[in-house]
Order: sequence, then C-alpha cells, then structure tokens
Amino acid sequence: VIISDDAELLGRLSGGDEAAFTELVTRYHPQLVRFARTYVSRPELAEDVAQETWIAALRGLDKFEGRSSLRTWLFRICANRARTAGQTDKRTIPVDNDPILEQFAPDGSWISPPQAWAHEIAGHVDDADLVRAVHAAILELPDMQRQVVTLRDVQGLTAQEVCDVLTISDANQRVLLHRGRTGVRDRLDRRVGAR
Amino acid sequence: MSILRRRSGLVCRDAVSLIGGYLDGALSPKDRRRLEAHLATCPHCAEYVDQLRATIALAGHQAPPVLEPQTEQALSELFQRWRSE
Repeated sequence: VIISDDAELLGRLSGGDEAAFTELVTRYHPQLVRFARTYVSRPELAEDVAQETWIAALRGLDKFEGRSSLRTWLFRICANRARTAGQTDKRTIPVDNDPILEQFAPDGSWISPPQAWAHEIAGHVDDADLVRAVHAAILELPDMQRQVVTLRDVQGLTAQEVCDVLTISDANQRVLLHRGRTGVRDRLDRRVGAR
Repeated sequence: MSILRRRSGLVCRDAVSLIGGYLDGALSPKDRRRLEAHLATCPHCAEYVDQLRATIALAGHQAPPVLEPQTEQALSELFQRWRSE
C-alpha cells in the first residue's frame, strides 16, 4: 500500500476525488471512532461523531492551513464534536500527588513492593484477553487521562500531536499520560497479580 | 537501603516519581542517569517500570482496523452529498 502524503491527498480531495477520500477514511475512520469512544458513553454515538468529523473536515477543507498534520487536524475536529456529543469532558488535570507515592514508608522505601508479574506477560503482549483487559481499563480512566492514553499509547500520536488535539500544555499532557498509564497498570495488577 | 541511597542518590519513592518522565523521554540526562543507577540495583522499582512498559505494549496492540461495508457505504454517501453541495 502506498501512503500518499497529506498535501497530495488534500489536493485530490478538494478536487472531489473519492478515491482520496476512501484512502483517508480507511486510514483514519477506525481511529476516530476509537478516540470518540473515549468521550461518549454509548459506542454507537462514537460512530456518529466520527462521521460528523468527516462532514466538518470536508466542509472546512479550505480552512486547513497545514500548520499541523492532517491527522492532528482530524483528531482535533473529532475532539470538538465528541465533547459536544458526550458532555463528559470535565477537562480536569490531576494536581494532587501521584497516588502511587502513598505506597512508600517515611524513609522512601516501598511499604508493599510490587508483585513480580511483568516477565509473565512480557512475551504475551498480543494476548487477546490481556489486550482486551487493558483497553477496558483505559475506558475506565477519568476523562482526560483516557483521551491522552488512547491517543498516545493506543493510536501512537506524538506528545506534541496530543497537545495540539486536546489543546493542553506539554506538562499537563505528561501528567495525564503518566497518571493514566499508572491507573491502567493498577487495574492490570489487580487482575494479573491476583492469579 | 542506605547502600542504595548512597549509590544512586535516590530512594524508591523518588525513583518512582521520575518514572513517568523516564518512559516519555522527558528526563534531564542527570535524572535519567540517577534513575537508571537506581533501577540497576532495585528489583522492586525495576519491576514497576517493567509493568508499566508491559501495560503500554498491551495498549498498543489492537485488531487491525477494518471498515465495515455498511460504514464504507455511509461514508461514501456522505462524500457524494458534500461533493454536490
């Protein structure tokens, strides 16, 4: 599969070339649905949000200035649509201390050190049950953590792209990502550690 | 613990508070060296990092995205409506 670059695709799209549109939706529609799912409670709403994203993108083609990547621009439109549809977005940034830091004694050592299980799953990172468990755990995270973890770890956006999509600072992005990853790890710990 | 502390200058709590930046490549070279020195001698913190790494790896695995035929059809209709606007 030859992946055309953004500028070329956009040019063809403006000219009404449906093949360019098909190429874009094949690449991004499933990602947009997954991302929208982090905002809305009902899965079918996520599909609606992703379709609305395409309508808005097509109508706003001439407004795309190429300052961000096409992907960032699409996710940003999707975030705005999803925020309206879901109204779940509290946009809260955790400011309290990391909960993990409560697990240490006054001298800074672990009160109850982590059980060893990383090696057990290191060779099974494509295990369908574990992957499902992790994706379910991501959906249980607080709103913005869920969005940042989905964009970074599930969909592979860069830190800068996530900041642009969610209009948050780099420092906030980092806190949300780490807190989210820690939350998912804790849920996995309860599942795997209990075996 | 006192040996660990002297070797790396970090107690476990401090090491864990650096892990977020470490996994995101955002630590200063000095903090990264201090954390890596701690991880080399502390199995608990090393396990914790490995667990986060495994979590991230699992999150990145998803079924290859497939467009359902009915979705493809809906999107195609959407495109044609836009083109005739």
